[in-house]
Amino acid sequence: VDARIFQELREIVGQRGLITSPEELHTYECDGLTNFRVMPRGVLLPDSAEQVQAILRVCHRERIPFVARGSGTGLSGGALPVENGVVISLARMNRILEVDLPNARVVAEPGVINLDVTGRVQREAYFYAPDPSSQSVCSIGGNVAENSGGAHCLKYGFTTTHVLGLDVVLADGTMVHIGGKALDAPGYDLAGVFVGSEGTLGIATRIILRIVKRPECVQTLLAAFPSTNEAGAAVSGIIAAGMLPAALEMMDNLAIQAAEAAVHANYPNCGALLLVELDGPVAEVHALMTHVDEICRSHGAWEIRVAQSEAERALVWKGRKAAFAAMGRISPNYIVQDGVIPRTALPQVMSEIDRLSRQAGIRVANVFHAGDGNLHPLVLYDRRIAGQEQAAEALSYRILEICIAAGGSITGEHGVGEDKKMAMAKMFSEPDLQTMQRVRCAFDPLHLSNPTKVFPTPRLCGEKPGKYVPHPLEKAGVVERF
Amino acid sequence: MDADVSPQVSQIITFEDAARRIVSAEYVRAASAADVVGGVEPRVVVEPANEQELAAALNAANEAGLAVIPRGGGTKLAWGNPPRRADVVLSTARLSAILDHAWADLTVSVEAGCTIKQLREALAQHGQRLALDAVWPNRATVGGVLSTNDSGVLRLRFGALRDLVIGVTLALPDGTLASSGGRVVKNVAGYDLPKLVTGALGTLGVITRAVFRLHPLPKELCTISCLARDASEAQRLALTIQDSKLAHSALQVRFVESMPPQVDVLFEATQAGLAAQVEQVKAILAPNAVIDPGPMVWNARQELYTAGKDHTEAAAVVKISALPVNCVAAIEVLGRIAAGRIRCNAVMQATGIGCMHLEGTPDALRSVLASLRSELERDGGWLTIAHQPSGMAALDAWGEPGDALPLMRAVKQQFDPKGTLNLGRYVGGI
Repeated sequence: VDARIFQELREIVGQRGLITSPEELHTYECDGLTNFRVMPRGVLLPDSAEQVQAILRVCHRERIPFVARGSGTGLSGGALPVENGVVISLARMNRILEVDLPNARVVAEPGVINLDVTGRVQREAYFYAPDPSSQSVCSIGGNVAENSGGAHCLKYGFTTTHVLGLDVVLADGTMVHIGGKALDAPGYDLAGVFVGSEGTLGIATRIILRIVKRPECVQTLLAAFPSTNEAGAAVSGIIAAGMLPAALEMMDNLAIQAAEAAVHANYPNCGALLLVELDGPVAEVHALMTHVDEICRSHGAWEIRVAQSEAERALVWKGRKAAFAAMGRISPNYIVQDGVIPRTALPQVMSEIDRLSRQAGIRVANVFHAGDGNLHPLVLYDRRIAGQEQAAEALSYRILEICIAAGGSITGEHGVGEDKKMAMAKMFSEPDLQTMQRVRCAFDPLHLSNPTKVFPTPRLCGEKPGKYVPHPLEKAGVVERF
Repeated sequence: MDADVSPQVSQIITFEDAARRIVSAEYVRAASAADVVGGVEPRVVVEPANEQELAAALNAANEAGLAVIPRGGGTKLAWGNPPRRADVVLSTARLSAILDHAWADLTVSVEAGCTIKQLREALAQHGQRLALDAVWPNRATVGGVLSTNDSGVLRLRFGALRDLVIGVTLALPDGTLASSGGRVVKNVAGYDLPKLVTGALGTLGVITRAVFRLHPLPKELCTISCLARDASEAQRLALTIQDSKLAHSALQVRFVESMPPQVDVLFEATQAGLAAQVEQVKAILAPNAVIDPGPMVWNARQELYTAGKDHTEAAAVVKISALPVNCVAAIEVLGRIAAGRIRCNAVMQATGIGCMHLEGTPDALRSVLASLRSELERDGGWLTIAHQPSGMAALDAWGEPGDALPLMRAVKQQFDPKGTLNLGRYVGGI
């Protein structure tokens, strides 16, 4: 990227919209996954969709790869810069463009912070349902890229359920409007495939969100069990009883200790803690909560508390949401893993993780969205001890293999990004991966939008069956045919 | 593929020979009048036994340069535009197995040719359901319902198919058999192809199996209805209920001929929860008298589609989509446009999706549909035509796809470069 191009980009975004000094670029060399770092050539901070279009036209013409970035809280390296590429930060595009309560829609720019959407509509008793633990800092654009979940997606669904339409700037600078405020726009569900595409299909500049009416009542129950086996059995019991809680979370003893140390959530010291939240009409919640209480007791819960006030409820959640960061209290370093298993495989998978943890001499704390089988094992280690980091990484990867073998997934909400692209080949066959990449070839045939992420091997979009046609990237010497 | 050239006899023979090597000979047969799609009569019907056979047969047709119509129960073949060509019907009739009902995990993996009824009965054995009220459940198949994105009133609470499907396996024209998604509800590994093929009308690939998330069957049900004075009042009531803290499962407004509109609300809850909510909804609906019409009112959408099939000459059935604040009132827009020229029965859902059955002369229908479509599109909505009257000069079934059409064409080009699948039936001539 030469000076001439930087000058052209500066004219688009203004002096303050372009960062090229090495000191400032350091901020952007990684996201929430800090063990991968790449220095970008420059960072652009557009403040309008037109500027994003203009930037991408230049990138397209010059074949410069780009990576879009929201708040940089992602945990899979999705916003990790690529070699010789630029980062496009959407932080300045942080306006809520429209609040439409009668239709329960909010239209937002990508840099809007997740919690601020709820902030704008809470007085009217609405909320934006997807609630990743980082919701006070993460951006809607980043949530769209990652299809973020959160504790309450068990009942309310993921980001994809709540995104009805998008303005997307494609890698060549073209603007397309997909979906809309009304449902079922004619044609392919491009919003469905764009959400969760981890920045590889273009940049969303305007997002139509669905908001939800706050339920009449919310109750949170905390149950202490001797071990994760009993707690897991109680989860199965709750699901089998035909209930769909708003959230169903589990923490094991190590995770409880860390959370206690960090935020004093006043959790009982037990083998496993189950947090069950029900919401809905008062009479319904009360009837079901009685049933949940019975199910927990019959599976060996020795202490059950129902939060009696909003403050108590907030404290219960504070401990849970702080669980990742709290690991710093009990371990110098840790890896956050994100795997999914069918809920019924929980006891078997837990005992396998336990066995591997003992074998490797590395502690694993467990925090999970138990209702949907999304595990967050936290692999604890000390970088200063020779070999521990490698052993921790190996154990963490081994856990993913266990999830795949159990019929699950390598990621429930953190994304594939840079971190897990090699594991994609374990979960999917080559034809599966090649088929997914046909979508990418339709959106971004030159692979400029967050290239090198998600897929272990890129598909050459210029490939035509029979006759050999060299791909533009191949001609340019960027990639080799294999 | 050249759309305007019929296949040579030799192409058909080449394909039939290939198909008989893939599928047992008795399942490769000449098409008949019963296989007509949108007025076009195909030549050959193939019924593969499994997804490998299906992918191979599809590939053989693709290689032979033939146009393929994938078919499940055949209940919605009239949806979309007539195909520009139709040579081979590829039927999923023999792919009808329920592969794995993981009831403790609330998921099911099922082959595309399984009917909704068959699936419903199997799931009910464990007190579960696919929370979806598709039309023609006795014959409609999993693959067909997914391809047409057909969902009914339960969508308000449980989401549409896009929110219920968690995995698919697809056969592509080049013979690829590929899976995406998985068997767990929460999964962000790779692109979400299950959503891409939902509602794609089989133009990207043939769905051979799907995995769904399930919901428990409700313990108790209760339907509450009231008559509203007019469409405006019905619209207001629907919005008030939507803005309340009730946890209803469905909400629709029915218009039958010149009767006053009827507002129906469905609750699914425990006995205690039901009693409390019924009291609350009565307060919202007051002073209108509340009636308990029984569960049959939820068949209203099916009845409109059935009527469309029964009177093919002078009736149209359309699906409309509008903002929730405009949806019920769309009937007033229609009334103004129609000015007495057509009769209409309709069901409007709180989600903004509605279904209308319109009767009139072909000329009147055509002009009313075109005007209604442009009024809806102007307000950010859509109108798609499921059944066109046979006497009417055809309108495009889909309407305006907007500036994403080139991107949709690019997606089609990647999955089906020769235009083998359902040529011309989809949006923008795809």
